[in-house]
Amino acid sequence: MQTSNHILHSFDQELEDIRSKALEMGGLVEKQVSNALQAVMERDIELGELVSSSDGQINDLEVDIDEECAGIIARRQPTAGDLRLLLSIIKLTTDLERIGDEAEQIGQYATQLGTLTSDKGMNTELRHLGELAHTLLKLALDSFARMDDLQALEVAKKSRRIGKEFDNLSRVLITHMMDDQRNIKDALRVMWCARALERIGNHSTNICEFVIYRVKGKDIRHTNLKKVGKKLYPKLESDDQ
Amino acid sequence: MSTQVADKTRDEFDVEILDTVGKPLLTEGQDIKMATRDCDVFYADNQAIYNVDLDIGKNEIIAMIGPSGCGKSTYLRALNRMNDTIEICRVTGKLTLDGEDIYDKNQDPVLLRARVGMVFQKPNPFPKSIYDNVAYGARLHGLVNNKSELDDLVEASLTKAGLFKEVKDNLQKPGTGLSGGQQQRLCIARTIAVDPEVILMDEPTSALDPIATAVIEELMDELRHNYTIAIVTHSMQQAARISQRTAYFHLGKLVEVNETNTVFTNPEHKLTENYITGRFG
Repeated sequence: MQTSNHILHSFDQELEDIRSKALEMGGLVEKQVSNALQAVMERDIELGELVSSSDGQINDLEVDIDEECAGIIARRQPTAGDLRLLLSIIKLTTDLERIGDEAEQIGQYATQLGTLTSDKGMNTELRHLGELAHTLLKLALDSFARMDDLQALEVAKKSRRIGKEFDNLSRVLITHMMDDQRNIKDALRVMWCARALERIGNHSTNICEFVIYRVKGKDIRHTNLKKVGKKLYPKLESDDQ
Repeated sequence: MSTQVADKTRDEFDVEILDTVGKPLLTEGQDIKMATRDCDVFYADNQAIYNVDLDIGKNEIIAMIGPSGCGKSTYLRALNRMNDTIEICRVTGKLTLDGEDIYDKNQDPVLLRARVGMVFQKPNPFPKSIYDNVAYGARLHGLVNNKSELDDLVEASLTKAGLFKEVKDNLQKPGTGLSGGQQQRLCIARTIAVDPEVILMDEPTSALDPIATAVIEELMDELRHNYTIAIVTHSMQQAARISQRTAYFHLGKLVEVNETNTVFTNPEHKLTENYITGRFG
């Protein structure tokens, strides 16, 4: 990671601006997810509507950031760490925008879910999944803000738990639906929420991968995380054992 | 950039260069055209190049980049003994072409320079006709037997240099009357005419406009199939565009050599990163 500045100060300024914008977008998306989750858990129709109608700012930022990145690439011909920063920001915005869409979906389901009298643990499982997805997103964004590759790797590893949580919830939902057919409609909505939360977890993992790409210059997508750890941080991994 | 800034940059580049990082040497199976080991170059008591170990592969374009005064041009000129013309200059270490020591006592520098040609920063055609510019080397080295062979050679060389179509009706006009880009291609044709194996280029496009530069770069890409090219360039974008490998020099030391893609996306050495991203150390 560079700590020093470019000879051209305006280049530093542009990179800093775009980084701040990306973080601002991350903040908005994180707020959307948090609100969406609250709306679902508390069956807060008003908040759900608010979430499902406030995706516009995020979308605008995505377009704005991508345009600025294209501008910098065209004018500055960035290389090495600068190039990797811009590439990871371009990819980050795509994932953030999709997380925003998922939050919007969850907001919509929140407006459609009725008050459940007996949920057979469905709410608890959904809360677990939601909290995990939300935490992963927060940690991923945090590691991006600080370009902390070690934290990013930890978060990426942790994200594997999301599949397990999703399976747990699925089991509860199946039982719930088998108990009473009238539950099917709501259970399916919860299922779609769960699916959206699982997607949010996956997008957060992607963000962590971009952090590692930016810092280490290695693309770790589609690779076994254990191997990544061993290869990129040999000292650290052997200390663990 | 003012000298003040340049000097400051150097002071601040206080990062130790221990060994060349990356892949300065080729692996087995890759054809080595030229190689240097422990290459030092001195101007009187001043050492300009320190212990450079580098392989140059057959049919590759290797770009040498680095700040002014880093020794990249000095190193390039050592590769065809162009430094012999400077009295105070001394080259030590082992420098080979196809495994032969080019600084061997029995090596004729004139013949060596026919095998390892050079193109300079400023186009420097002889004050002769276009035809004679290209024919000069062939005549000197006795490469042809008669006029018709020479005609063919001149045409073939100008064609390879991408200039023939533009000058075919004016071959007897002076070479100095051509545009800068054409003059540089004439110099390349002159170099090619003596059938070299390696072409050294010392900032060949720095005096040319972007279109003429693009034409030369395209030409280099074609020439690569028959020749090995080592180019010194101040334009990092040019190095990135045309070379397969890039070598970064700093204060007379070879800091990093790697595939060009790696150097420009994920350089190993901090000095390389600082230089190519336009930072102080």
